[in-house]
Amino acid sequence: MVSQDFTRPVASVRLFGWFRQNLFSSPFQALFTLGVLYLLYFVVRAVVQWSFIDANWSGNSREDCTQAGACWVFIKVRFEQFIYGFYPEAERWRVNTAFLLCILASLLLFVRSFPRKIWLGAFLLFVYPVLGYILLVGGAFGLPVVETQIWGGLMLTLVIAGIGIVGSLPIGIVLALGRRSTMPVIRAICVAFIELVRGVPLITILFMASVMLPMFLPEGINFDKLLRALIGVTLFAGAYMAEVVRGGLQAIPRGQYEAAASLGLGYWKIVGLVILPQALRIVIPGIVNTFIALFKDTTLVLIIGLFDLLGMIRAATTDPKWLGFDLEGYAFAGLVFWIFCFGMSRFSIALEKKLGPEDQRGWAR
Amino acid sequence: MVDVHKWFGDFHVLKGINLTVHKSERIVICGPSGSGKSTMIRCINRLEEHQRGRIIVDGIELTNDLKHIDQIRREVGIVFQQFNLFPHLTVIENLILAPVWSRRMRRDEAEQIAMKYLERVRIPEQAHKYPGQLSGGQQQRVAIARSLCMSPKIMLFDEPTSALDPEMIKEVLDVMISLAEEGMTMMVVTHEMGFARTVADRMMFMDGGEIIEESVPSEFFNNPKSERTKLFLSQILSQ
Repeated sequence: MVSQDFTRPVASVRLFGWFRQNLFSSPFQALFTLGVLYLLYFVVRAVVQWSFIDANWSGNSREDCTQAGACWVFIKVRFEQFIYGFYPEAERWRVNTAFLLCILASLLLFVRSFPRKIWLGAFLLFVYPVLGYILLVGGAFGLPVVETQIWGGLMLTLVIAGIGIVGSLPIGIVLALGRRSTMPVIRAICVAFIELVRGVPLITILFMASVMLPMFLPEGINFDKLLRALIGVTLFAGAYMAEVVRGGLQAIPRGQYEAAASLGLGYWKIVGLVILPQALRIVIPGIVNTFIALFKDTTLVLIIGLFDLLGMIRAATTDPKWLGFDLEGYAFAGLVFWIFCFGMSRFSIALEKKLGPEDQRGWAR
Repeated sequence: MVDVHKWFGDFHVLKGINLTVHKSERIVICGPSGSGKSTMIRCINRLEEHQRGRIIVDGIELTNDLKHIDQIRREVGIVFQQFNLFPHLTVIENLILAPVWSRRMRRDEAEQIAMKYLERVRIPEQAHKYPGQLSGGQQQRVAIARSLCMSPKIMLFDEPTSALDPEMIKEVLDVMISLAEEGMTMMVVTHEMGFARTVADRMMFMDGGEIIEESVPSEFFNNPKSERTKLFLSQILSQ
């Protein structure tokens, strides 16, 4: 007989019950679980052994690395170079100031009670770039000029990624709107641009920007290598961004356009006030996904002779004094990249939560 | 409207509509689905473009001139079947959006007017909620208030109660009746015949893109002239 018990069964021994149900429900399952645990044990043990227990931490040359594990001395000695490239030591405070300022202002944006966020946003978007330029490049207020040629390391990675991120979103939005435009010429231009740029590897674009472009430009006109890389990266990410944003635009029902239009709002107001706020919120995961890809793609600037973090590390491992420490170098690079990308991913989740309280109450129907 | 024609591709939706709406007049349009009722009233604020004939709203002719279109849209309110509230804005923000951005009204002034209309549709307490938190009937009343905030000269209703649960239809119709009593010019596409009887000055029956029959409600319901109207009425009233 079927029992008429409607109470929810309570897991009396929660943890034990969970293990039994999910990991040891049959002899085969149990065997499999034990096998995986055994493998995991070996891998984790080897990694911990290499990177912590047997690692070398102190000293300042390769002779100090006597133990079998990782030689972190290499990272320690080269650390400053990995961060700043060949930026002159005396001027490095400028880099620190620029980044601290950016982090501080961005964090303040997230403080709920902070007044006048619009001004803060305007500062970040319009004043900060100028300030950052003056700090990093110099040439004003008595700051000596630091050529972009000698920039490098994590600092260069962050500059390229940061400008790429800030630049690609508006470009992507404009391209996405253009692709949905009713005007055939605008649509054709946007489609052509997106498909052309998306169909070509970033390396090709960077290479074109740095080698081919100067050939077409008249003699004497030669702009900065970093600037060319920045334009290349930004346009490349912009084309991807356009498709992400278009996905969001397509998710907005036609009724939203009609309702806004019937209230007498013009195209740009409809887009800016009604459509984009909804569309962008939908595609936050896709946008951040593109940002993360862009962050990692910055490593490709090595191809045109710019030394980002990975480029710096690679250069350091070819130094005769430190030959054979590739593993440490790449492990360090991996860790730094992971920290930044994971940070962006968490940021994306926080942003979704912050912007989406209505979301859980079923706002897009 | 003079001899208005419209095609969707090869499909001839409107076949020569002639219609004049006077100030404070209430017109109810009914007809089977696909008869072109919605398309006709959507032509009046240019959500649909007509291909032949002329449409003149409040002395301004609808052409491709974008300025005229926006000007007319500010004077013509429309309420949709699907409400089409802006889900990312609160109720009050929905209401003040167009006055602030299209009529360049000051924000506090717009809010005052918005609250006045929310009281009119009897939901001032919901002002700071999001549309997703309201019932269908409440959403549709917000949509009506949103249109009223632009102080339109005419209100179009495109099957305003068709997407509502039966118990919510009345609260929306009540608001519409009170609007009619205050002398708002209205064109309503609806199958609510009870509402039509109480409110309409003129009834209109459409089928196949044409206005088949046009008369005062008493005549329309008690003594329809065309066979198609009779059939339609018998079907809809027997429900």
